[in-house]
Amino acid sequence: MNFDKEFDASGMSCPLPIVKTKKALADMESGKVLKVIATDVGAVKDMQAFADQTGNALLASSEAGGKFIFFMKKK
Amino acid sequence: MTTKKMAIIATKGTLDMAYPPYILASTAAALGYEVQIFFTFYGLQLLRKDLSDVMISPLANPAMPMPIPMPVFVQMLPGMESMATMMMKQKLKKHGVASLEELREMCLDMDVKFVACQMTVDLFEFDKSEFIDNVEYAGASAFFGFAGETDICLFV
Repeated sequence: MNFDKEFDASGMSCPLPIVKTKKALADMESGKVLKVIATDVGAVKDMQAFADQTGNALLASSEAGGKFIFFMKKK
Repeated sequence: MTTKKMAIIATKGTLDMAYPPYILASTAAALGYEVQIFFTFYGLQLLRKDLSDVMISPLANPAMPMPIPMPVFVQMLPGMESMATMMMKQKLKKHGVASLEELREMCLDMDVKFVACQMTVDLFEFDKSEFIDNVEYAGASAFFGFAGETDICLFV
């Protein structure tokens, strides 16, 4: 999937992946896509909850080799 | 959509109890909440510029997981608190958990408002110059002014 910016949250625990995703989105324009990589298993549910509550769209979420990859489209 | 609000009352000043207010406040702020933390009694310690005195004690804390079982008379020996604190900080770091300083900074970054209880500041004769700058000093009534309008209000 195409994306405009990448944020690697590998090794970070709650709440850093969410808080820093919010920060990474802050300077992006509406409609742009942020790719987030995380290793915290809790991020899977948290990223969906973040999207639901902030209105940013979680386009895709997948797992590969212990890493969780998310694509978040800015509202 | 109106902005959701959350208020937290932080009353504890130990390392383990310092995390919940700062974790919940930073997360809520990231989700778009307007957040206030009211620091009172021992919670005021979490506003110090220098957080190195925020410690965890194995004493009277039977739920704290220990690498080896430790009788109470050992827990009370000098230096045990510092050792437990050092071990806990190492564990937090190893698991990628942010430091208190980092979480507090993120809260401020996202405009979480810190309010210190003026009464307990006076009671303990704390020196305000030892606290970070971004703190307002107020009483319970001022807190209710915000808390009464919140969606979530927590006592920690």
